[in-house]
Amino acid sequence: MIGISHAHSVVHPSPISRRIAGAIVILYAVITMVPLAWIFLTGFKSGPDSIAYPPKVLFTPSAEGYCNLFTTRSRQTPEYVAQLPPASGVCDALARATNMVVVGSSNYLPRFINSLIIAFGSTALSVVLGVTAAYAFSRFKVPAKDDLLFFILSTRMMPPIAVAIPIYLMYRDVGLSDTRLGMILLYTAVNVSLAVWLLKGFIDEIPREYEEAALVDGYTRLQAFFKVVLPQATTGIVATAIFCLIFAWNEYAFAVLLTSGEAQTAPPFIPIIIGEGGQDWPAVAAGSTLFLLPILVFTVLLRKHLLRGITFGALRK
Amino acid sequence: MMNAPDPQVLLDKAARATPEPLARRVRGLSDRVIAWLFIGPTIVLLLAINIFPLIWTIHLSFTNYRANRPNAAVTNVGIDNYVSVLTDPDVWAAMQATAHFLFWTILLQTLLGFTLAYLIDRRFRGYGFWTTVILIPMMLSPAVVGNFWAFLYQPQIGLFNYVVSFFSGVPPSSFEMIGSVKLAPWAIIIVDTWMWTPYVMLICLAGLRSIPDYIYEAAEVDRASRWRQFWSITLPMALPFIMLAVLFRGIENFKMFDMVNLLTSGGPGSTTEVASITLKREAFEKWRTGYSSAFAIVLFVTVFGLANIYVKALNRVKNR
Repeated sequence: MIGISHAHSVVHPSPISRRIAGAIVILYAVITMVPLAWIFLTGFKSGPDSIAYPPKVLFTPSAEGYCNLFTTRSRQTPEYVAQLPPASGVCDALARATNMVVVGSSNYLPRFINSLIIAFGSTALSVVLGVTAAYAFSRFKVPAKDDLLFFILSTRMMPPIAVAIPIYLMYRDVGLSDTRLGMILLYTAVNVSLAVWLLKGFIDEIPREYEEAALVDGYTRLQAFFKVVLPQATTGIVATAIFCLIFAWNEYAFAVLLTSGEAQTAPPFIPIIIGEGGQDWPAVAAGSTLFLLPILVFTVLLRKHLLRGITFGALRK
Repeated sequence: MMNAPDPQVLLDKAARATPEPLARRVRGLSDRVIAWLFIGPTIVLLLAINIFPLIWTIHLSFTNYRANRPNAAVTNVGIDNYVSVLTDPDVWAAMQATAHFLFWTILLQTLLGFTLAYLIDRRFRGYGFWTTVILIPMMLSPAVVGNFWAFLYQPQIGLFNYVVSFFSGVPPSSFEMIGSVKLAPWAIIIVDTWMWTPYVMLICLAGLRSIPDYIYEAAEVDRASRWRQFWSITLPMALPFIMLAVLFRGIENFKMFDMVNLLTSGGPGSTTEVASITLKREAFEKWRTGYSSAFAIVLFVTVFGLANIYVKALNRVKNR
């Protein structure tokens, strides 16, 4: 290495070029976070603050957004409000101040719970189907293996709206429309292709010698799968599960076309949170914040496997 | 592990020392049965929820069926639906809107994504943390994001208009991002780029990291300039990765529905009506089921063609 100048090397960047690169990337990262920070802040603004001009960065925090997100209110005369017993909580007090009375809870919580049930249900199903199919594809001679794998991947390429019409008709006929089970099956069908491809990559990386040793030790093929392969594939299974979870959590097209009440998830619900005279932005922001927060946590957990997940296992680090 | 004083174990150990066909020694279900047991359910589910509906769509595309009138008489109309789809000026307008959206999002995301990856590859202090921060937008729900950008884009009160006017001096109420025919296509391009640049960046980063150091070291021995190194080493070697990212973004954005539906829902007029939005309007608002089925098949064939190219490119990258 003697005699080679590293001053302008790609392999060993100079401290100055590193610092400049860092500054630009950090600037981009900060700019890209502004919309998200704004969602977060707007959730704590009062109605007038949220639509003030110029936009307010400093404001008195208010629970109004979160209160409106979880409750429904009705407008009353000041006389009626005045003769009521003292407000029973923060939200009630806030509502009274604007001559409103809390009359019940909103649909946000049931929609959020639907999102949880459907996301976790379809994830569990996708991972079970995915890990078994992936194992078979990884270890056994399967006729027309490549065609089957391509077939599985190609189902993911369909525009959701294109299959939504017959699924709508089919679900109407078999009584699955607007049911959680219907949505779980649907999201599983979409996610299973990702699960198979990702998990096949992870299982391919587990040396066959482990199972073969177990088989020689008298394990059956199934025992070897459960006791040797599955524990080895834990990381891959968790990463795949999180990817499936994120997809099901974020999905909107099927949800908005195929559900209306019972099984509606949060993404089609959040945009229709309206107050008096248009969208209730603090409540929408509060609902979005709560909905996006789990994804933030998952992104941090997944960061090492992201590349693999978004390329169906084609690229690894 | 098995208990030690078991003759079977000793036998097995001996067997391991003298290899013989494994299949004969394995008890329980045969491998072939297990293979079908393991793959079967996945295939059945995909046949039921993907392939059966697809065949149904093909069938409907040759009829005049309307899903909101299940009892009306259904007649076979041959390829009429396909003829009207392919000659419908609305469909071609939608294809044009889609092409405009595809072209600019892919161009911007590739330029920005590659530049970011190139800079991150300098491995400045704390690059791991900042990379994770940059990746966040692509993980979020496009619907929720589209809905919230509608708030940022509000004329008068929106943050976007305020920031633009702060830096350019243009009054914030003088332009409407989602209300004007001229700017609305750019409104969806900006949001998509904000969301998906990290995706391209991540794949490009993998490409840059796949280039072994010794190639650069050899180039430096030859006193190749930094500029020269970039054009004859960095770019060609990262190109398959960039192409992969482009193809994937192409397929995804061709199907684009959620973000645009909530940001502009195709408006104003039909300026941002990308293919999926047109399809939704035909299928679920006008209830022209037969016609929209034909349109869906046309779209699917297009995406399937892209997917085929995608898989071939993917294999090429993998086999490098």
